[in-house]
Amino acid sequence: MRNIWIICRKELGSYFVSPVAYILLTMFGLIFGYFFWNALAAFLVESIQMQMRGQSFPMNLNEWIIRPLLANVSVVNLFFVPLITMRLFAEEKRNGTIELLATSPIRDGEIIFGKWLAALLLYVCLLLFTAANFAFLFRYGNPDWKPLLVGYLGLLLQAGALLAIGTFISTTTKNQIIAGAVTFGVCLLLFVFGWVSGYDTSTWAQVLSYLSIATHSESFYRGVIDSKDAIYYVTVIFLGLFFTARSMESLRWRS
Amino acid sequence: MIKVKDLTKRYARTIAVDHISFEVDKGQIVGFLGPNGAGKTTTMRILTCFLPPSSGTATVAGFDVLEQPMEVKKRIGYLPETPPLYLEMETGDYLRFVGKLKGLSGADLDKRIDYVTGRCSVADVKNKLLGKLSKGYRQRVGLAQAIIHNPDVLVLDEPTAGLDPKQINETRDLIKDLAGDHTIILSTHILPEVEQTCEQVIIINKGKLVATDSVRNLQARARGAESVVLEVAGRKAAVEPSMVQRKLEQISGVSRVVCKQQLDGRAQFEVESQKGFIRGDLARAVVDSGWDLNELRPSAMSLEEVFLQLTGSELKPIEAEPVKEPV
Repeated sequence: MRNIWIICRKELGSYFVSPVAYILLTMFGLIFGYFFWNALAAFLVESIQMQMRGQSFPMNLNEWIIRPLLANVSVVNLFFVPLITMRLFAEEKRNGTIELLATSPIRDGEIIFGKWLAALLLYVCLLLFTAANFAFLFRYGNPDWKPLLVGYLGLLLQAGALLAIGTFISTTTKNQIIAGAVTFGVCLLLFVFGWVSGYDTSTWAQVLSYLSIATHSESFYRGVIDSKDAIYYVTVIFLGLFFTARSMESLRWRS
Repeated sequence: MIKVKDLTKRYARTIAVDHISFEVDKGQIVGFLGPNGAGKTTTMRILTCFLPPSSGTATVAGFDVLEQPMEVKKRIGYLPETPPLYLEMETGDYLRFVGKLKGLSGADLDKRIDYVTGRCSVADVKNKLLGKLSKGYRQRVGLAQAIIHNPDVLVLDEPTAGLDPKQINETRDLIKDLAGDHTIILSTHILPEVEQTCEQVIIINKGKLVATDSVRNLQARARGAESVVLEVAGRKAAVEPSMVQRKLEQISGVSRVVCKQQLDGRAQFEVESQKGFIRGDLARAVVDSGWDLNELRPSAMSLEEVFLQLTGSELKPIEAEPVKEPV
């Protein structure tokens, strides 16, 4: 436990001592803010039109703003996750510092979990940074906060799964660009697997659609914690870290 | 302290280390000598539990590298060929991080950081980014991280590679200085380094153990019988080498006299004997014959010659180390 925290602290330090963390925070904040502003503008236009048509149907902020906003942000994850994970192991391999870690009295599992945790905490920082937008929503409207929290949980789980995949890919190369590019490709593919369900209903399509990282977040954005979806993400996280451990082991046997 | 038995490491196509056995006693400095690609780094990586051996055993302080790697890692300090530094960290923070990794904490850790920064003379760069340090400083920070947990065994992979002569001397002195507290095993392909720093040498070539002995014994072994170099000059006229040679050959115990060179009335000879110590007899014979004795010294073979003799090869990279291509 202590070792995990040592590694995690060091990794977080590396993110925040370099401009990496601040640039990611800024860009994520900008993009999120733009999405938020768009969703809000669309909502306003729509609600004015409804009033002009004489329909006094109460429009739900959660349905109209939060849900589409979070779904959009999960696309942004695809771009940010590779940027966060690509250096985790590739950099250590390039600089030879992996030899320090591997010859210290600390387990591979602790190294891997510590690094993944640091990546996840950086993502949490990104999410917290976006909370400012919702402060406005709560100030001038009355959205339900529970679905919002569940939606955030969904984003976090999804990012955790993608980060685990990125961590694994980072162990397979010492070139950060390759690690980043492959992670992006894999994440994007996993994301769009769900498309097949649109035109195909065969077992194959259902499997592919189940594997998709995107289909499992829908329930969270609606404010529902579906254990099936939560288990999916936890499984992907576990598998990603498990393969990372195997990959680290194979480094030693091959190198 | 270190016991290695029949250690073998096979890669896909090559055998990097081929049935090597040796032992290192507590407190010794051992030089691991061999041309590039001989298997030095691989052996060290096995000792530090970075790589598992293909077969054979290696134990450090009684713990097997495969069975109890955690115990081995606690007792070993390792400086790889390039110091494993996080260039975006400050020296002090880096040493703190490594100290924690090795299991230190609290006041203990503070004390050790103070100690190692003093010992390796890096205290003045404690608040500097590692990326901004010169090569010599980086090497010393690398040494500092290796000894931070006061390990029983220090494994140093080419600790002086790439340093300038002054830094090389400083690093060697530091290593010699550390020998009292730690058992040190250092690899190098520079022979004088072994002669200067080590008590014990392990010579490997192409993955195979060629010799393991003390530096002095190795030199003696290669030399065989005693041999002496002496330079003779005439008092008034130039010496006649053949006369000197005849005179020297008459001395009992002398088995061979070779005139090596001759200039300005001086002549240099190499004299071999089977009897042992004959330098006194040689000196008297020369002086009694009315010549001047300009020089008389034992012709100790340098380790370099020993090495060449033992490996039976030229001292150039035999197999280039596999170049690590960026993937």
